[in-house]
Order: sequence, then structure tokens, then C-alpha cells
Amino acid sequence: MTARVLLIEDEPNITEAIRFILSRDGCEVTTLADGVGAVAAVRAVMPDLVILDLMLPGVSGLEILAELRADPATQGLPVMMLTAKGQGRDREAAERAGANHFMTKPFSNDDMRAAVRALISG
Amino acid sequence: MSNSPSSAPASLTGSLIRERRLALGLRQGEVAQSAGVSASYLNLIEHNRRRVGAEVLERLAAALGTEVAILSEGAGGALIDDLRAAASTVPGVQPELDRIEDFAGRFPGWAAVLAAQHHRAAQLERAVGALNDRLTHDPHLSASLHEVLSALASVRSTAAILADTEDIDPDWRARFHQNLHQDSERLAHGAEALVAYLDGPDTAVDAGLAAPQEEVEGWLAARGWHLAELAEPGGFERLMAEVAGLAAVAARSLAQEFLRQSADEARLLPDAVLRAALEGGEADPSVLAQRSGLPVLAVMRRIALLPGSVAGLVICDASGTLLFRKPVDGFALPRFGAACPLWPLFAALARPMMPMVARVEPAGRAARVFRTLSICETRLPQGFSGPDLREAAMLILPDDAPLRAAGPVLALGSSCRICPRAACPARREPSILTEAGVQ
Repeated sequence: MTARVLLIEDEPNITEAIRFILSRDGCEVTTLADGVGAVAAVRAVMPDLVILDLMLPGVSGLEILAELRADPATQGLPVMMLTAKGQGRDREAAERAGANHFMTKPFSNDDMRAAVRALISG
Repeated sequence: MSNSPSSAPASLTGSLIRERRLALGLRQGEVAQSAGVSASYLNLIEHNRRRVGAEVLERLAAALGTEVAILSEGAGGALIDDLRAAASTVPGVQPELDRIEDFAGRFPGWAAVLAAQHHRAAQLERAVGALNDRLTHDPHLSASLHEVLSALASVRSTAAILADTEDIDPDWRARFHQNLHQDSERLAHGAEALVAYLDGPDTAVDAGLAAPQEEVEGWLAARGWHLAELAEPGGFERLMAEVAGLAAVAARSLAQEFLRQSADEARLLPDAVLRAALEGGEADPSVLAQRSGLPVLAVMRRIALLPGSVAGLVICDASGTLLFRKPVDGFALPRFGAACPLWPLFAALARPMMPMVARVEPAGRAARVFRTLSICETRLPQGFSGPDLREAAMLILPDDAPLRAAGPVLALGSSCRICPRAACPARREPSILTEAGVQ
């Protein structure tokens, strides 16, 4: 699996763990720790997959997703949402906003790898 | 039908006399003789076919070795009201309301149990509402849970990496060990704080998890919602020292500001002056405002914080966010999130300096009517070029007029989620409660 993944997550230890497991699978992982400037970073990197935390400082994951979906250049980009809540209204809102997949914290590394693989090849 | 309020107590009295006599094992003739009435007259009284006068009732009470109050209309009237309220709470069941006095008279013990159960149910309903409100709207609880889940996510993923990656680079291994250590500390603290929070309000405050405003209100509630010491020499300093002991820094700062404001207001309208005015029949905050030179809103605060005051008070800013809540029994105030949009408080917010008086009936099993006085005041702290800041207050007073006797009553709630008025036109979201027993 060689793909470029942009990980937008504010928890440094989660970022480090995800970067490690995906890098070992051959992904090139770029990271960003807050929501401000996230959309610009996506446009600059144009990754194969965006992994986006729902609760980010600055701008929420939902707003970033909405902005990505509104731009023709990024509207087809696969986006995986990371959420600590896993269900309920936030998830429904992200589904409506066009998220491709949800990963609920705490996730298993195998689930993360499998989901990334599926999103990149799909 | 005998279920109108005026006839109920009289007929209950007869039944109670009969119950009491039978319980003592006395014959009608014996009791009639010691009370100085004829046996046939007592028989009519006992079967609720004659009203009993105060003097005869007194003699009968003495003959039966009991108090007039036990047999009198007042005590029974309250019981009948409770039974009537209990009867309306179970949908689909139609108790024999026309025999309610008979029931209370013949089975006073069972009637008291039923009334007590009704009160207990209402109490539990309020507790469920408050807890639900807390769990769904408490930003602090939500933030703590998020913190714990984040740390857990990191621990799970990192531990799996260490367990599954045999050829891991020693630097990475050391780094992940360090991360694990950090996250396990975070988890431990987060879990401790959550347990403390869920354990009870006191420990929640200690753990610094209560909202600052909530902590200040908790402090005020614990002192009976008054700051009588402000009138004493050195009282202000003592109170300032007291609030220095609050757990959260933000709560301390809020409380200090509140004390400074209260001290200023108490200087212009001291407790003694306010009490004399209220006892003299002058309870209109706008009149008291003119006399004292205080804004109307400040007078409302003074009324609510007067020692022994039964008045509740809510204050909100222009966004509708509640800044101050002194609750009143029977008028639930939401702890978090938005309140009922029908509150006159919010109508006042839209019309600055327009006083609004309303009679309101909050949703709940113990239907009580309150009189609310609401007003909105504006400030221009940055002059004409800056924003106008609004603050609205609603003083909640018990309404002495009989239920529905003095004009229309506005039906309202505390917040939609715990409000049982299903058909309310202002409803924002479904409620967890049913409408049973409210109408």
C-alpha cells in the first residue's frame, strides 16, 4: 500500500501511533495538529486519504469536511472521521456532510489498517 | 357530585369523626353525650348530611381525644388536593373522584400513603429530569469523557504496536513506552475525576469539574441564598474570605464579583429598609428602584437574596444564556442548555425596559402557579459606538390567588427535554417524559 495520507488530529500520541502503523504499511503520512489551515493543507498535499478528527481545536472536523465537500477539487477525496463519541448526532451530521468512513476511539490498529486500505483502493 | 372544593372538606369531617369514634371503639351515644349533642344529630354529621359548626366540632374533638385540626377542613382539604392530583397522574384509569372524601375519611392511613407516594413520584421525576439534564447537557462531563476516550485510544493503539511489532526500532520503542506512561497517567486522573463527579455534587466541586457558575450557586444555596453579613461590620471581608475557598479559580472570581455587586446594592437598599417596604405592602421592584436609586434588575436581586425570601430569580444575557439561577420549589430551572422559550424572561429580553407581569404554571405534577415580574435592562459600556449589552431578569413569586382564578395562566416548562407538554408549539426536541398528569 503506497499512498499519501493526511492525518488531522490534535492528540500527539494518537497521531504518533497512527503514523507508525500506516507508515509500516507503506503510507506516506503527513500530520496536522489543529483545524485551522486544514483545508489549505489538504489542497496543498492533495493526499489519497484524509483522516480527520471530529473534535479539533480551532475549527471542527465537521466544518473542515463541509468545506472539502464544497470544493470541486476536493469533493471526491476519501475522508475517514475519527470520533470519540462514535455515535449519535455528530456522527449523523458527519454522514450527511459526506464522510466516507468512521473510526471510533478507542480503535484497534487492525481495523484502522483495514479501513485505510479499503478507502484507498475504493 | 361532591368533588367541588367547597363541599369536600365538610363531608370529609363527618367521615373522619366516624372513623375516629370507631377506632376508639365508642358508641355514637357515648360520644354525643360527652359532646353535648343528640345521638341522631351526630349520626347525621357522621354521614356527612349536616355541616358541623366550629363550637360543636371543638366539643367532638375533645370527646374523641383529638385536635380540631385533625378533623377540620384544612387538614383534610390538603389531603383531598393531593389525592385529586394523584388521581390525575395515571392515564387510562378513572378513579371515583366523587367518592374521594369518602375514601380519605374511611381509610385515612391508606389515603396518606397514596398522597405520600404521589409526592415521592413527583420528587423522583424532578430528580430524573435534573440528572438527565446534567448527562445530556453538561459540557464538563462531556469534556472529561472525551479526555478519557482519547487517552484510551492512544493506549490501545500504542500497546498493540508494542505487542505486535517484533522488529521495532529501540528509539521508537522507548518513545512508545513514554507515550504509554503519559497516557496511563492521563487515564488515571480522568477516571478519578469522573468517579468523583458521578459520586455526588460535593466531590464534583472538589474535583474542579462543576461549572464555575454552578459552584457559586451551590455556595449561595448552602448559605440559604442570602448575604446578611453584608450589613455587619467586616462582613464583606469575611464573605470574600469565604469565597476564596471555592474550588475553581473561575468560580472564585465570579463569586468575588458577585459579592462586590451585592455589597454596592445592599448599601443603596439595605435588608432592613427592603424588609420594611415589603412588610408595608410595597413589593413593586420598580417603585423600590425609584426610591433607592438602584436599577430595577438590582432590586429584584435584592428581593431574591433577602434572608428568608421565597422569591426565585433568573437572569440571562442577550444570548439567552442563564447567568444566575435561584430556584423555587415547583419551578424547575435547567442547569445546562437552553431554557423554555416561553419564559416571560425572554419576551422581556426583546423589549428593553418594558416591565412584564405574567401568571405562569410550570409543567410538573405539583401544579403551582407563580407570578413573574420580568424586565430587560441595557448598558453601553463602550458608548454609542459599542454594542448594547442586555440583561433580563425574571423574579418568580408564589401566586397567592387561587388556581386559575385571576385571569389567564401561561403554561411553560424548564427545558424541552424534560418538559412533558408534548403539544407545546414552542417545542424544540422530544421529551423523555410523558404528558400524563400534567394537564
